[in-house]
Amino acid sequence: MITDSNEKLLLEGLAKDDKTAIETIYKQNYSTIQAFIVNNNGSVDDARDLFQEAIIVLFEKAKRGDFELSCQIKTYLYSVARRLWLKKLQSQQRFSGEITHLAEVVPVEDELDRHNQKAQEFEMMEKALNGLGEPCKSLLEAYYLQKRNMEEIAGNFGYTNANNAKNQKYKCLMRLKKIFFAQYKNED
Amino acid sequence: MEELQLLEAVERYLSGEMPPEEVTNFEQLRKSDPSVDQMVVQHAMFLHQLTGFGENKSLKHNLQNIHQQLLQDGEIKEALPKAKVVSFLKKYRKVLAAAACIAGVIALSISGLVAYFTPKRTVNEIEQLKRELYSVKVSQKQTQNEINSFKNGSLKPPVTGKFGGTGFLIDGKGYLVTSAHVVAKSDSVYVLKGENFYKAAIVIADENTDIAILKIIDDRFQPKALPYAIHKGSSDLGEPIFTLGFPRTDMVYNQGYLSAKTGYNGDSSTYQITISVNPGNSGGPIFNEAGEVIGVLSGKQTTAEGVVFSSKAKNILKVLEEAKKADSTNNIKLNYASSLKNMDRKTQVKKIEDCIFNVLSY
Repeated sequence: MITDSNEKLLLEGLAKDDKTAIETIYKQNYSTIQAFIVNNNGSVDDARDLFQEAIIVLFEKAKRGDFELSCQIKTYLYSVARRLWLKKLQSQQRFSGEITHLAEVVPVEDELDRHNQKAQEFEMMEKALNGLGEPCKSLLEAYYLQKRNMEEIAGNFGYTNANNAKNQKYKCLMRLKKIFFAQYKNED
Repeated sequence: MEELQLLEAVERYLSGEMPPEEVTNFEQLRKSDPSVDQMVVQHAMFLHQLTGFGENKSLKHNLQNIHQQLLQDGEIKEALPKAKVVSFLKKYRKVLAAAACIAGVIALSISGLVAYFTPKRTVNEIEQLKRELYSVKVSQKQTQNEINSFKNGSLKPPVTGKFGGTGFLIDGKGYLVTSAHVVAKSDSVYVLKGENFYKAAIVIADENTDIAILKIIDDRFQPKALPYAIHKGSSDLGEPIFTLGFPRTDMVYNQGYLSAKTGYNGDSSTYQITISVNPGNSGGPIFNEAGEVIGVLSGKQTTAEGVVFSSKAKNILKVLEEAKKADSTNNIKLNYASSLKNMDRKTQVKKIEDCIFNVLSY
């Protein structure tokens, strides 16, 4: 167990979506993972996608308040990216059975399962939002995603007052919920 | 509208915007009404989901920006350190080549060995059910026939037969149907009923449908009325069937059912039937319950259990047409009305018996 205070700070920063922290993690780790992907049949674009997905997995872990990594951030990111890449190769039938290793790995399967589950749910949410249509989609995004206040939103969307905008928002929210849960049930 | 207000209340409750006294009221409502409670839980989960989605989206967006930024600043490079892979290939080229050679040699020798030791499969998977007449049996039979011939002066074949099968009358004047393979390559054909041998001529033999038509050319033959009919239509799966034939010198009865409307490898001119038959049954009529001929038994698959094939009765009509074309004196009239309907099997067989012959080819 490594309890490097520096690493812990980075994770806390990542959980808060802090730009400096993310930049630091990015700088420290990108080249290793890029080298791994490119050496194993991948392109530069693959490397970027995979690395960013690995950071999202780390982000989800940090979000859960799980700052105690059993290994360094570097090892964790590499393990995740490696697992994701192997899966992708296998699904494309490109997996040659031989992978050039660049660093030690830790088991991350459980966390990736959780990540996949989450990614699926996000996809459903995205679909539901897209199915909502305008102005509902932008209205909800402005309030719930960008966390802007009701007065500002009313001004931007041309409502006479914040109360009108709020009413409209609730109507939209109800529709979104209906679409989302309909999909959710279908998935089960 | 009520639903909307409730949603608003739930959201205010969850976000902590509710004044304390309203919270107390709301919590009371939540306790008393489970549907409200469920809505609170569901909405909390939904908001969590939505926020998570927002965070995920914004992080993805940030990551893209950071990537571009770092790339511009030269902090990261999108380089291709491909050289490593090449060196790996170069390093192991010889080993790989040697391995491939060994693998090749082993594969070839194994396939050679397998081919050498594999027992040869017969090309023809269908055993035709004509019967080879063993000389011992036949000579015994011959002695008996000699004695009989003295008695009733019947013409009997001079030598022992090569193959035996079954044939049945389709016209009381003396026209029989049997399998083409029973009489193939024969010099002469005799049909046997009890102790009586009758000489028969091959009117036509069609190898494709495995159907041959014989004509009894013997004055001693008395024309008969046929109790059974030829079934022109198609038959259904699972239909019970029976046959009479000569796998031995006595007539043998067997029953089964129609198991497929096509034969070997999907051959649509034959049926697959399930019935226990043996060499000698070839050419035997396949009757349905009404006493109509639906097919002519032709062979069984040797590589499968209980798979027997029968040429469809339609083929008899087809072959007859050809026979008429070839020779207009062949005035064969088929019987299409069976007089065996609604009779029990014993009576049916008793009536049919007389029209089934043992076919011997020489």
